[in-house]
Amino acid sequence: MSNSEKHNGANGVNRRAVLAGGAALTASLFTPKLLRAQDFPTAAVNTTGLAVTDDTVTVGILHSVTGTMAISETGSVQAEKLAIEQINAQGGVLGRKIEYIQEDGGSDWPTFAEKAKKLLVSDKVASVMGCWTSASRKAVLPVFEQYNGMLYYPTFYEGLEESPNVIYTGQEATQQIIAGIDWVTQTKGAKSFYLLGSDYIWPRTSNKIARKHIEKLGLKVVGEDYYPLGHTQFNSVINKMKLKKPDVIYAIVVGGSNVAFYKQLKAAGIDMTKEKPLLLTISVTEDEILGIGGENIEGAYACMKYFQSLTNENNMAFVKAFKEMWGDDIVIGDVTQAAYLGPWLWKAAVEKAGSFDVDKIREASPGIELTTAPEGYVKVHENHHLWSKTRVGHAKRDGQYEVVFETADLVEPDPFPDGYQ
Amino acid sequence: MTTAPSNRLFTKSEAIGFVILAVIVFAILPLALDTFRLNLFGKYLTYAFVAVGLVLCWGAGGILSLGQGVFFGLGGYCMAMYLKLEASTPENTSIQSTPGIPDFMDWNQLTALPWWWEPFHSFSFTLFAVIAVPVVFSFIIGVAMFRRRVGGVYFAIITQAVAAILTILIIGQQGFTGGVNGITDLRTLKGWDIRTDSAKEILYFVNGIMLFACLLTAQFIRKSKLGRLLIAMRDQEDRVRFSGYDVANFKIFVFCIGAAFAAIGGAMFTLQVGFMSPSFVGIVPSIEMVIFCAVGGRLSILGAVYGALLVNWAKTTFSESFPELWLLGLGALFIAVVMAFPDGLAGVYTDKIAPRIRKLLKRGPPALPAANAQETAAE
Repeated sequence: MSNSEKHNGANGVNRRAVLAGGAALTASLFTPKLLRAQDFPTAAVNTTGLAVTDDTVTVGILHSVTGTMAISETGSVQAEKLAIEQINAQGGVLGRKIEYIQEDGGSDWPTFAEKAKKLLVSDKVASVMGCWTSASRKAVLPVFEQYNGMLYYPTFYEGLEESPNVIYTGQEATQQIIAGIDWVTQTKGAKSFYLLGSDYIWPRTSNKIARKHIEKLGLKVVGEDYYPLGHTQFNSVINKMKLKKPDVIYAIVVGGSNVAFYKQLKAAGIDMTKEKPLLLTISVTEDEILGIGGENIEGAYACMKYFQSLTNENNMAFVKAFKEMWGDDIVIGDVTQAAYLGPWLWKAAVEKAGSFDVDKIREASPGIELTTAPEGYVKVHENHHLWSKTRVGHAKRDGQYEVVFETADLVEPDPFPDGYQ
Repeated sequence: MTTAPSNRLFTKSEAIGFVILAVIVFAILPLALDTFRLNLFGKYLTYAFVAVGLVLCWGAGGILSLGQGVFFGLGGYCMAMYLKLEASTPENTSIQSTPGIPDFMDWNQLTALPWWWEPFHSFSFTLFAVIAVPVVFSFIIGVAMFRRRVGGVYFAIITQAVAAILTILIIGQQGFTGGVNGITDLRTLKGWDIRTDSAKEILYFVNGIMLFACLLTAQFIRKSKLGRLLIAMRDQEDRVRFSGYDVANFKIFVFCIGAAFAAIGGAMFTLQVGFMSPSFVGIVPSIEMVIFCAVGGRLSILGAVYGALLVNWAKTTFSESFPELWLLGLGALFIAVVMAFPDGLAGVYTDKIAPRIRKLLKRGPPALPAANAQETAAE
């Protein structure tokens, strides 16, 4: 019954183009250490019965490619497939080619749990790249902990979690919030904030952290409002904002609601390019702008760790390879880049540990560095999150962000900030 | 009716049908499948509870409810609340600001357990609530609707609205209900770890036994005077009313039975899958449940079980094989079934398979197809 199609890493779109262009290019970037499989006998590197043979290793990809989340998660799937392809082009992991089994979470949290269990129990995959929403992660977490799997989770999220069976390649809330608020107060002289969010745990926790920090700086929060996911009528809150005249609208609106919110903001006569008020968001990546429309969000600021427009060499190569594999029209958002890190971090951990065993990977993971990440240098913290920089981007009409600020150093991940719980 | 209805609980062919299903559920599936797949089938069987309830309400009583997910969800949530409280011991939740309350409450800045969660510390209260909460709720809906003689399409639309309202309520009150995430990370039942393989197997059999209890209840109702009244009401409601029966009472009763079945299914679902979320309460899952019933054949109690198994098995298999195209395959299956076999799997059996078996056995016609004849004649 488990007749899942096994995909070889290199079956993607434009296979030839990727192999010719992408691989040559990445080969020059990621200096390949040629590890030969015979130096690592299967019996020694795989003591827990994972899907590892003498020349292949199987991993799982678990995202929604159908349902409402498909639009967000497709980018992550593409990034993970690209990373796997590139790793294979360099000789794989411990001399073994990565094969993947892709499962569809169907934007449905119980389905995520079922598929996670299938990947771990029936397919015995060595690791899983997957999930997007916190709800899906919460649904699979007990499964990963029970069957001792390893999940590489790409999305920026609310924190308050530190599972031994997850590597969080996105940023937890403090990494996305603190530096952004410091920036807007120091360079823009902001004194008052209006907090807005979709009504679920990520925006609520994030705004809680933001409020604490704003009040610590001696500044004021003049309003805080939440609307259900999918809400499309923001006129009343926009009127409230006009009355309260905050310096900054701090918006954590998620998904389809964004389209309505930014259009209504513009229609209400709030011109974001004038920065009075200034709009700062942590929920709109280049992917969301595709839906919102560049002309509707031009002038807003976003606080992320990655923007497609970064000009470092790693990113130039990454964007080029991504477009060669998936087409020129594609945009790459923060989470897509974080998803791309998953297979690379796993490979680094396996090679450091000299083993595919999940326990050894867990032990080896803290301290792993990736100098080839598109966002720049990253490092895995003891708490399984990444040290990474915080950046502020300025939205342009063409749907891209112009990077206007980045922290000088990597920001330490702190999933359980004091007093924020 | 062409044949006089039998007064026995089973006709011969029905008894054979029950035995075959029992062999499949209790022998063939457990022997053929590993624990993971068996657990999946256990999950599918929990939907069969809902489908059997729908056979009574819709197939027999003519009450199409597009909101059975509400009762499935209420039963499931009651069980999940108990399990969550057991999992949230002060030791397990020591990193929270308020240890000892479920984690999602802590994330939502609650500092004490809401009063209406308190009774769910008790397992016997939980078992009572699993049935009582949905039944009381369905009773209220039933009284409000059927007493006013709301029926047919209007009733179906209202049940949909109820499903939508409950989903919004659960998602909106996330501090009390877990919101979109649902209630996750359930671990033990009175200290018994429900996540282990052996527990999954035991739960599968408990689930199977409960399902047969519901199937027998449904069969009993179908064969009783009440069952015949239901069919009469479905076909000629006014005549039944003019004969002096209080139609609304019978409708309320059968609607409550359907809700109780769904709730047991929901509670068994929570136990086997290890969590509950609003995605089983809303409109889409409720309609899916009607589809299980339609594929199986809305007139056949056993057909409903096969329908739930087939549709969910197809869903899993298609989505594993074709992660990006599986929804299309599932859609095609539904269209094919409805176009080709309007009476579902049970119809295929009655029209195509049963006559052949009869020919093979060279028996006289009246004995075997009596029950089916009754069903088809009643349409």
